[in-house]
Amino acid sequence: MPQPTTDAVAIQTDQLTRSFGSFVAVKALNLVVQSGEIFGLLGPNGAGKTTTIRMLTTMLPPSSGSAMVAGRSILADPVGVRKRMGYVSQMISADGALTGCENLLLFARIYGVPKAERRQRIDDALGFMGLADARDKLVRTYSGGMIRRLEIAQSMLHRPQVLFLDEPTIGLDPAARHQVRDRLKELRRSFGTTILVTTHDMDEAEDLCDRIAIMKSGFIAAEGSPEELKKQAGTESMDEVFIHFAGEFSDSTNYQDVARARKTAKRLG
Amino acid sequence: MSPAPGKPQSDWAERYSPDVFLRCTAAIVSTELVKLRRDPSEIVTRSIQPALWLLVFGQVFGRLHAVPTGRLDYFSFLAPGILAQSVLFIAIFFGISVIWERDLGILQKLLASPAPRGALVLGKAVSAGVRALAQGVIVYLMALAMGIRLNWSPLALGGVMLAVMLGAALFSTFSLMFACLVKTRERFMGIGQVMTMPLFFASNAIYPISIMPGWLKVVAHLNPLSYLVDILRALMVESGLTTFGIATDLAVLTGTLFVLVLITSKLYPSVVR
Repeated sequence: MPQPTTDAVAIQTDQLTRSFGSFVAVKALNLVVQSGEIFGLLGPNGAGKTTTIRMLTTMLPPSSGSAMVAGRSILADPVGVRKRMGYVSQMISADGALTGCENLLLFARIYGVPKAERRQRIDDALGFMGLADARDKLVRTYSGGMIRRLEIAQSMLHRPQVLFLDEPTIGLDPAARHQVRDRLKELRRSFGTTILVTTHDMDEAEDLCDRIAIMKSGFIAAEGSPEELKKQAGTESMDEVFIHFAGEFSDSTNYQDVARARKTAKRLG
Repeated sequence: MSPAPGKPQSDWAERYSPDVFLRCTAAIVSTELVKLRRDPSEIVTRSIQPALWLLVFGQVFGRLHAVPTGRLDYFSFLAPGILAQSVLFIAIFFGISVIWERDLGILQKLLASPAPRGALVLGKAVSAGVRALAQGVIVYLMALAMGIRLNWSPLALGGVMLAVMLGAALFSTFSLMFACLVKTRERFMGIGQVMTMPLFFASNAIYPISIMPGWLKVVAHLNPLSYLVDILRALMVESGLTTFGIATDLAVLTGTLFVLVLITSKLYPSVVR
């Protein structure tokens, strides 16, 4: 049962629900993420991970229920939530026609980083993400891993309390994945940032996350630390943990269903 | 700034201090201008259409002496209309940029930031306005080459720049609004094609409203393009003419822009849903 939000709680959802027509993408979700945690949201395609993130980042209003992010309600104070969170979407979304520095400058200004501090903040963020040398190069010359790190640099400029990352390592080579994970851990260590990630990669989830929730058809099928989940499933392999809780062929998520759900979501949203 | 806890507050009712609004608008505009400075090639390709209208259409139509243009010769009458038209034709496809930015994920990041939606829209509109100034330079150069007598008083030039920026901002916001409604490139391109010609022909760009049939007069009076043409025709050429009066033109253009920004900022978040 949801408790009153305290400073120790970074994200708390209360019966959070979203449906698209007759399709219920997220069903009465109750989720608590502690401050400073790296929390993994896992599940097959169509399980409702992205819909959950989009509600928590105030991009999509819930059909019912509510949530608190960084002490603000997504319904009553969406702007307060946006000020206190960072968001890295699934897409490689930095502007290729701008340099790394110019990309960050836009967001430094939008988030109201004081003018006197902007340069220092941008250089710090680029340095932290290992991009100092690429500062003044056009982003279209960056590799996929560099763009991802640039986006994380952008999302930390305003020192958010909570950072949402939707599939942060998708499409990256193993070395770049490792780098991104390493930087996320360092981000939490240095700034105490609460991080919520979605991923398909169970080994990544085990390496990165303190706790994991496995979603299936819009609800949470299992929740706990990677160790706890392995114990519950009676296995040593994280992939088997996933199959144990999400099902080998998750019943409602064959290709057509996912395609239909996404289409419906797009049309009705 | 933050409302009392539990008090419902929609995006629509967001209250921002003016300095936050201006800061975010300026951030969007200056980013767009950095991109334009880096790749100004689009400005050159934009000069082709007005050249065709002035040199080909204008040459032939001018010989007919069939259009009552008051004390202006047909070229002097036509040049401000073609400037307005070129501003319209380019601005009307501007909305596709929001669909691009949605597909790239840039829009999602902007919407996930605390920037006021109205500032995101107005920033786009103002940068479209600045881009359109290049159209003004192109049409002025052509008019000069054709021997049209232009009004070079600084006040008139400033007025033309303001009118061109206002017009471009207005039609680009109109375009953004449609992009928010249709949401896909394919549908948007179709709509853009369908909108330009009626807006152009149901205006005073190439002939005066006075010779139109009654029903078309009504449409032309509701068409913001008529007011853009009118103010340009008053200020751009020597002994210019105005039907509505410059103050009315500016009021209509500014008022329409304001309403369009308001509507579009309400629609903006729906693009990513």
